[in-house]
Amino acid sequence: MSLKRKDLLSLAPLSVDEIRLILETADSFKEVSGREIKKVPALRGRTVVNLFFEPSTRTRTSFELAAKRLSADVINFSPSSSSVVKGETLLDTARNIEAMQADIIVLRHPSAGAAEALARGVKSSVINAGDGWHEHPTQGLLDLYTIRERGLSFEGLKVAIVGDVAHSRVARSNIHALAKLGAEVRVVGPPTMIPSGVDKLGARVYYHLDEALRGVQVIMMLRLQLERQGKAMFPTIREYARLYGLTAERVKLADPGAIVMHPGPINRGVEIAPEVADSLSSVILDQVANGVAVRMGILYLMSGAN
Amino acid sequence: MRGIKTMSPTPQDRPQERLVMDTGDIARAVTRIAHEILERNKGVQDLALVGIRTGGVHLAHRLVKRIQEIEAASVPIGELDITLYRDDLSMRKEQPILRKTSVPFDISDKIIVLVDDVLFTGRTIRAAMDGLIDFGRPAEIQLAVLVDRGHRQLPIKATYIGKNIPTSREENIQVLLEEQGEDDRVVILKA
Repeated sequence: MSLKRKDLLSLAPLSVDEIRLILETADSFKEVSGREIKKVPALRGRTVVNLFFEPSTRTRTSFELAAKRLSADVINFSPSSSSVVKGETLLDTARNIEAMQADIIVLRHPSAGAAEALARGVKSSVINAGDGWHEHPTQGLLDLYTIRERGLSFEGLKVAIVGDVAHSRVARSNIHALAKLGAEVRVVGPPTMIPSGVDKLGARVYYHLDEALRGVQVIMMLRLQLERQGKAMFPTIREYARLYGLTAERVKLADPGAIVMHPGPINRGVEIAPEVADSLSSVILDQVANGVAVRMGILYLMSGAN
Repeated sequence: MRGIKTMSPTPQDRPQERLVMDTGDIARAVTRIAHEILERNKGVQDLALVGIRTGGVHLAHRLVKRIQEIEAASVPIGELDITLYRDDLSMRKEQPILRKTSVPFDISDKIIVLVDDVLFTGRTIRAAMDGLIDFGRPAEIQLAVLVDRGHRQLPIKATYIGKNIPTSREENIQVLLEEQGEDDRVVILKA
């Protein structure tokens, strides 16, 4: 079993075996991150380019650290400091990067489908690090890894995804992958934030948080994208927090021992109460730590000779 | 790097197989190596064994068990996957499956005995030594192998050898072990 893909663009087309391979490979890299010398020579001489058209600290740093721990050379491009401001197209930028012998391009872009368009145009491997509202496959995989690390098995697992599902690429990647692995996925949020047709992806729709949380083993909170909230999805942030914010009281409705996840950055006191974010059931920082191991696994698997 | 010596062929396509060590031979070789390790290092002080996946791990466990029976003392054991240190990694189309590395003790200032089933080109051992040194600075690294089949491509020599088996390059040596669901034996396969 190996990953016979040039690119990782979304979780929708991945098989269960491919997902399991990535998670198992990440196990080995988790060990590397725990060593005193956190570096292995596996990607020596390879070049990884981080091409980020949206602000990101966590994901970009995580990819950078993952590539460096594999001994790859890493270059970070951001549009504000590159020729993109001079009007260069995405594909032209990428072709220039490719001409400098980049092996893997990690792309974050505000438009859905940008990674796919790029992958078709270049020979380098492309990893989607978030494209618009479409997918964020490596976040989905690190979420799966974190769930599995807690000893939970996916078959029959009840997961509630809470918040702005419509604008969340993280939600979409997770729904695809969790449904494939046999989990029962519930999505919950105000009707303006639940996309039509989400039930066709295998998720059950709820509008009341308390109802959706009952008996779940995993609570996956989504970030309220305050910077995109010019569009009147809900009357006020305070009302949203009251109806859809995760409080310690609400966590009690879930299974005892349920875990609370969040892709970050968190809005304390909006979608998640500070005492929940800092509680023992919160695995938010485990997600960040696991992100490096999972991305190392993906970079390793995708770096077979072209 | 090491050929496909740990893959077991299915009966229908099993090529000509010549037995070179049987269960008894392997057990006696393990016992002798255990004694030699203790003799050379004057006991188990600062001693630790690290098996190279997959065959070497099984042999390391057998050696530790034997040493325990002889000296009534336990020896720490680690497991090393050398995949990430292979010198042919960047040339492979498909990345090999990673197995877990676990060295749950501090190797600094320890005498480490690396254990593998077959010593061939020496490239695996080179990778293993690089991997090991990422965990610390051992006082000494020694090498124990069940079979030395020659054809070295690097200046590497085993400290403890179960059996020297001269082979031609075209031949393939397999160490089959009970732990992998086989009867203990070492065979030469003619291509």
